[in-house]
Amino acid sequence: MTDWSGYIGLILQGALVTIELTVLGSLLAFVMAFAAGLGRVSRFLAVRALATTYIEFFRGTSIFVQLFWVYFVLPFAGVTLSPLQAGVLALGLNVGAYGAEVVRGAVKAIGREQREACIALNLSRYQSMRHVILPQALPLMLPTFCNNAIELLKATAVVSLISLTDMTFQAQVVRAQTGSTLVPFATILVLYFLMALAISSGMRWLERRVTRGLDGVRT
Amino acid sequence: MAAPIIRIDNITKRYGPLTVLDGLSMDVLPGEKLALIGPSGSGKTTILRILMTLETISGGHIEVDGDQLYHMPKNGSLAPADDRHLHKMREKIGMVFQHFNLFPHKCVLDNVTLAPMLTKGVAKATAEKRAMELLDMVGMADKAKSMPAQLSGGQKQRVAIARALALSPKIMLFDEVTSALDPELVEEVLNVMRKLAVETDMTMLLVTHEMGFAHDFADRVLFFDRGKIVEEGGPDDIFRAPKQERTQTFLRKIIAAGHRV
Repeated sequence: MTDWSGYIGLILQGALVTIELTVLGSLLAFVMAFAAGLGRVSRFLAVRALATTYIEFFRGTSIFVQLFWVYFVLPFAGVTLSPLQAGVLALGLNVGAYGAEVVRGAVKAIGREQREACIALNLSRYQSMRHVILPQALPLMLPTFCNNAIELLKATAVVSLISLTDMTFQAQVVRAQTGSTLVPFATILVLYFLMALAISSGMRWLERRVTRGLDGVRT
Repeated sequence: MAAPIIRIDNITKRYGPLTVLDGLSMDVLPGEKLALIGPSGSGKTTILRILMTLETISGGHIEVDGDQLYHMPKNGSLAPADDRHLHKMREKIGMVFQHFNLFPHKCVLDNVTLAPMLTKGVAKATAEKRAMELLDMVGMADKAKSMPAQLSGGQKQRVAIARALALSPKIMLFDEVTSALDPELVEEVLNVMRKLAVETDMTMLLVTHEMGFAHDFADRVLFFDRGKIVEEGGPDDIFRAPKQERTQTFLRKIIAAGHRV
């Protein structure tokens, strides 16, 4: 009979790495989503082109390839990253590209009438975006951001390929040492699910908060 | 006679192949109350939107309060206006929209205080005091903390009027402000506008299908058709004794549709 407590401890250590990757990756993705999403609706062609290039490139290539580039190819250009930094960078840039389109769609969804009210009230472009458009667009983004964050959580499993000891990596270690597939993989199955559940309930709470007072305006 | 506060000189507005305004010229005197009437698509709303800089113009010049609206002087000639110039010009003009366009995520009070605080740097306490005076004037002071979604159309429109007034514009544009309202709510908005007309010396331009109100409210009525002013005159001249056939036809149709003149 195998003593599982040590092995479970190993998987829990991996879970911490997975959480760390998810949180940091989501933060970077959030920043990138807004930078590129707002860049896409910029009135300057160069900014729009830059944002579009970023989005198309990172959506159009696989996260797996991106991760290898960041970790194994960038050192040739003199940029050496730790596995955690490489993981966060690849995940954040990848998911941020999807999020950018969410930001753009939500900003576009706030109609002409609101923009015209801003002009009539003499608000600058920045003030309109900051005080009128984004506060209304944010509630529209959250459900899809929730999807993206869960996708990011699951994508963290690929970082085990660059020797980062995340949850999936540790499960494979346990499997190799014990010969059991069921126990480690059942454990991480449940753990991934619980993490995803935590993300979606957190997002629902956030959604309720930002839509407060908007009852009857949006469903 | 005072110099006009608005001079529209030979402006043209095209949307692709469609010409909405065709070489239109008109002047508005300071403090004048002007009603723009005419069939839909005649270009009357477009004029208000152009004055609010919500559109661009395809040709011509507009002068507001002594300065060019869409142009600015540069090296002795006129160049297209930049953001800073437009920002300066918009201070003089306020607009109330058909569909109110209140900010749904802000309470009534914040709707009114937002622009003065952001564009003029007015302190919050000062802005709120002024907002409450304006809300009181439009009969909405007791709803200051309500959200727009909790208000009726007439109430929303009265808040929208207070919001535009908060920037103390010299010129107010009213674009079919009662057209989206249920009939029983029209009067409360018209009452506010009557009060404004009596109590302030603002220049007011009004696009409306409320002929009875236009008659009582306006110093001068312009009848538009197909991008041109077909006829203009005092309200009695236009409504009681229109000279042009197109004006007569339009007014007959409006009366047949049940609008009181």
